[in-house]
Amino acid sequence: MTTTPQTGSPPPVAGRFAASDAEVAARVKALESLMIEKGMMTEQAVDRIAELYEREVGPHNGARIVARAWTDPEFKQRLLEDATSACAELGIGGAQGEDMVVVENTDDVHNAIVCTLCSCYPWPTLGLPPNWYKYPAYRARMVKEPRAVLSDEFKLNLPDDQEIRIWDTSAEVRYWVLPQRPPGTEGLSEEELAVLVTRDSMIGVGVVPEPKG
Amino acid sequence: MNGVHDLGGLDGLGAVDPPPEEPVFYSEWEKRVFAMFVPALSAGINLDQFRHGIERMHPVEYLAGRYYEHWLHTIEGGLVERGIIDEQELEERTRHFLENPDAPLPEVENAEQTDAFLQVYKAGASTRRESDTEPRFAAGDQVRVVNINPTGHTRSARYLRGKTGVVERVYEAFVFPDTNARDEGENPEPVYSVRFDAAEVWGADGGGERHTIYFDLWEPYLESA
Repeated sequence: MTTTPQTGSPPPVAGRFAASDAEVAARVKALESLMIEKGMMTEQAVDRIAELYEREVGPHNGARIVARAWTDPEFKQRLLEDATSACAELGIGGAQGEDMVVVENTDDVHNAIVCTLCSCYPWPTLGLPPNWYKYPAYRARMVKEPRAVLSDEFKLNLPDDQEIRIWDTSAEVRYWVLPQRPPGTEGLSEEELAVLVTRDSMIGVGVVPEPKG
Repeated sequence: MNGVHDLGGLDGLGAVDPPPEEPVFYSEWEKRVFAMFVPALSAGINLDQFRHGIERMHPVEYLAGRYYEHWLHTIEGGLVERGIIDEQELEERTRHFLENPDAPLPEVENAEQTDAFLQVYKAGASTRRESDTEPRFAAGDQVRVVNINPTGHTRSARYLRGKTGVVERVYEAFVFPDTNARDEGENPEPVYSVRFDAAEVWGADGGGERHTIYFDLWEPYLESA
């Protein structure tokens, strides 16, 4: 009986994958230095652009819109009819939110967003997407087994008779969710309500929690 | 292209495992790659070419790479393809920074350019276009996603090709990704939000779940059903 050698088997795909952090950092710095030399950008531009998304643009913007919609029925109607214009009323808009549509959660319908082809996300209202939104597992599973994803991964157990609508943002319209106003918030102001609104509730992988205490 | 990026419905990828908190950027290099987006678009890589550059990553690299490695891949690839950056020079420069990670970057100031970039982020750049063409379908129409398998860029996902749905909304015309990615023009086409039942997509039992999927499709991706 002959034995098959266990080593030396060529790998099924060619290439050197999974670069180390140091290797990627060096490559990024190399690219950046060449782009700067060619007049395509500056270090200052990098810092200013990053600062915009670290400090100014984020889910607190979407939370302001949600709180306004909860307290102003006419604003809510405008938001559901033309989200881009309604957000502009509060000075909110920009890249990856040029054409926004807001979908409303109700007792009968729960909405959630995903991008199976890449990572499309409404930057002006929700900020930059979290890694899990951009990574394969969520993108693959959310269109096929959303109820399981929501309950197993996000601890969100929806009533069996609540319809789940998944918005796979495959084109240039950017969807996001108007969550339901939780009970126990009747006396709260618009500003107090905005603090309660979570990013996950506007993605549709969470609901807005009732205020504590 | 029928690439690894087209993930809808793929099983076996494991848990989503969302952490309670995440920084906007995990490292300095992530921040710097993110900030190259608009400069890269300004250098002539359009949004569809940017996406197609990511789609053409090797599947192993695509699945194993951190998110901003995808962006790094498409930006450097796009600039090299256009002859703006020399691949050899990029390799040499990479080795230089690997050996000298703290070596400084060229000191250049250009406040006007920075403001122009920031303006793009703040004002956006819609790909919606005026069009005189009357949309072929109306809300309520039954439509089927045509079975196409182009090797280039497309935004028609595999999991819906051949499936039948109902037009929910009719949007205006948007730049058509398939031709725009090939530098063959914007050719704006109406976009439709189409509603699909899980049972139509995943089989009679809906893959064990009942839900509805809404997917935006450009007119050339659709036919009457």
